[in-house]
Amino acid sequence: MFENFLYLLRKNGLKVSLTEWMALMEGLDKGLHGSSFTGFYQLCRCLLVKSEADFDAFDRSFLEYFKDVPFQQEISQELLEWLDKPDILSEYANWNEIQALKNLGFTEEEIEEMLRERLLEQTEEHNGGAYWVGTHGMSLFGNSGLSPWGIRVGGRSMYRRAFRVAGERKFRDFRRDNTLDTRQFQVALRHLRQFSGLVDLPPTEFDVDNTIKDTADNGGVLKVRYKRPRENTVKVLLLMDSGGSMDYYSNLCSALFQAVDKSGHFKDLQVFYFHNCVYSYLYRDPTLMTRNAVPTDWVLGNIPSDYKAIFVGDAQMAPYELMGGGYGRMGQESGPKCGMDWLRLLKGRYRHTIWLNPSRRPDWGAYWAQTYDVIAREFPMFPLTVDGLEEGMKKLLTR
Amino acid sequence: MQEFKGSQNYVASEELLRAANIAMVLQKPLLIKGEPGTGKTMLAEAIAQALGKKLIIWNIKSTTKAQDGLYVYDVVQRLYDSQFGGQGVDNIEKYVRLGKLGEAFTDEEQVILLIDEIDKADLEFPNDLLWELDRMEFHIPETGRTVKANHRPVVIITSNAEKELPDAFLRRCVFHYIEFPDRELMAEIVRVHYPDIGEKLLGQVLEAFYKIRNLPQIKKKPSTSEIIDWIQALQHGGADVDKIVKEVPYLGVLLKKNEDMDALRRNWR
Repeated sequence: MFENFLYLLRKNGLKVSLTEWMALMEGLDKGLHGSSFTGFYQLCRCLLVKSEADFDAFDRSFLEYFKDVPFQQEISQELLEWLDKPDILSEYANWNEIQALKNLGFTEEEIEEMLRERLLEQTEEHNGGAYWVGTHGMSLFGNSGLSPWGIRVGGRSMYRRAFRVAGERKFRDFRRDNTLDTRQFQVALRHLRQFSGLVDLPPTEFDVDNTIKDTADNGGVLKVRYKRPRENTVKVLLLMDSGGSMDYYSNLCSALFQAVDKSGHFKDLQVFYFHNCVYSYLYRDPTLMTRNAVPTDWVLGNIPSDYKAIFVGDAQMAPYELMGGGYGRMGQESGPKCGMDWLRLLKGRYRHTIWLNPSRRPDWGAYWAQTYDVIAREFPMFPLTVDGLEEGMKKLLTR
Repeated sequence: MQEFKGSQNYVASEELLRAANIAMVLQKPLLIKGEPGTGKTMLAEAIAQALGKKLIIWNIKSTTKAQDGLYVYDVVQRLYDSQFGGQGVDNIEKYVRLGKLGEAFTDEEQVILLIDEIDKADLEFPNDLLWELDRMEFHIPETGRTVKANHRPVVIITSNAEKELPDAFLRRCVFHYIEFPDRELMAEIVRVHYPDIGEKLLGQVLEAFYKIRNLPQIKKKPSTSEIIDWIQALQHGGADVDKIVKEVPYLGVLLKKNEDMDALRRNWR
C-alpha cells in the first residue's frame, strides 16, 4: 500500500528504513491503529520517527501525502483497507443536502464544537449500536462529514482531528536545536583524547601487570593490585565567530557546538564568541552583548596554555578588520594594534590551535579571499565537515 | 494480550498509551524521550503495576558497560578461592553473576525491564545491546551456557537526549516523546499534590513558572518537581500572593544554577 509515503518521508530527510516500514506493516496487520485515522497517524509516527526533532518534518510529509486524497478514488481503495470501515458507503444513506449546505457555513471552531456535542449525543443514543469507528463515534457526525466540498472518509471531523494534530506543528521549535547531525561530530570529537593515569580518582581498575609481578614476588600467593582509571585530560577552548556572514552557517555551527557541549568527555570546556575577528573583548554568548563581554587579556591570563584552542569562523572580513590599526587595548600605545595581532597573541599562548572553517575559500572576487588567505597561513585550517573535524582533532593531538 | 490503560497514580496521554501498547504487541523496546520531570521513569512503574508484572530497573551511569547488564564473571574471587582451597572452584557457574538484563531473561514470568537514562552511558553502549535485545538471548563463553529469555520482557528505555542514540538502535525501537506539561495539565498535576491550593496562588505560581521557563537565557529550566517544591516553600514561608510574579520569592527552589539566577535577575520584568 502507500509505499510512496515511505519515499516521500525519505525525500523530506527522514531516515526511514525498511526495518521500520516492515514494523509499520506488522502493526497495521495487528490492528494497532485501532481503525481510526488518529490511531494510524500515531502508529506511523511512533514507528517511523525516532527523534522529536523530526516530528515537524514528519507532520508535513503526512499532511502532504494524506491531505488531498479525494474520497471516491484513492481513499475508497487504498485507505479503506487499513481504515477497515465496512459501512463507509452506506453513510451515503445519510446524505442530506440541506445539512450539507448548512455545513458550508460553519467555521472550523464551530465544527470542532459540534463534534464535541455529537460525541456526547452518540454515547447516549448509539450505545453499542451502529458506530463503526470504535469509540470515536463518527456515524452521527458522518452526515456533516459528507459535506459536498472536501469530503473526507470517516467524516470530515475525523480528518480534522488528525490534521489538527498534524497542522499545529507543535514540534517546530526543536528544529532550531538541529541535533540531527551531531552524532557524527561527536564521534569525530572522541578522537580528541589524551589519557592520563595521574588523575585523582580511587583505584578501581584491575592492574594486570602489577598483579602478576606482586603475586610472583609474593611466592605465588595471589596479590591483587588495582590502579587508577585513566581519564581524558584534554581541555578545550572554543572560540566561535558569530553573526554577520556566519549566519549562513549557523546550523552547522550549532551542530558543532552541541556536539562539543554534549560530548562531555573533555576535562573542561570554555566557549567564547567573537564577531569576525578577535579584538580586546570576547563574549560569553553568541548575541555578543556587552554585559557578557570578557576582556581578551583575561582569557589569555586565566585560561592556561594547555587548553586546545579551536577557532570556528569563515575568516572572511574586510581586510582592515584584520590588518587595520585602532583595535588595540584601550588607551595603550604598546601591545596589539589590529585583529591579526590579537589572533597571534592567542596562537602564541595556546600551542595547539586549529581553525575550523564552515566556508570554502571564496573563488570569486579576491576581496574576501584576502583575509582568508592570511588566516590560513597563520593557522592550520580545516573545513567544518566530519572529515575536516577528524583531521583537525589529529592536528590538535600532535605534540 | 494484556493492554495498558494507565494506572491509578499515573495519568498517561492517549498517545502514550497507544505507543506503549504498540511496543508491547510488536515486541519492540519502547524508547521514551522527554525533558527531565515529565515522568518517564514513572511510566515503567505504572505499566508494571497495571499489568501486575515485576519491574526490573537497570539504572545506567556514565561508567555502565553493556556487559554489566548481561553477566559479570568474578575472576578475582575465583582466583582467591583457588588460592585458599575454597569449595567449588571448578564450577565456573558459581562465579558468573547475571546482570539486570540476564535477570529479566531468566525470570520465571514475563517482566518489565526499565533501562533508565540510556543516554548517560558511552556513545557505543546502545549498539552493544542490539543483538541481545533483538534475539533476547546471550552467550556466556566461560561456561558455554546460552541465556535465553523464558518470556520476552517488555523493554522500556528512557533518555534525556543528552546524547544522540545510534541509528541502528533507533530503528528497532518504538519512539515516544513526552512533551512538557502545558499550563492546564500542570495545574492538574499540582492539584494532585496540593488538593486545597488556592486558585489565586496557583494562577500566580503557574504564571511565574512558565514565564521563567520561557526565558531563553535560563540554562536549566525548572521542571515539575521544582514547581511542587516551590509551592511548598511558598505555603510554608507565607509569601504575599500578589507579589509572586513580581518578586519570585524562594527563587533558589526553582533555579539551581548561579548563572540562571543572574540571568533571571537581569531579564525579569
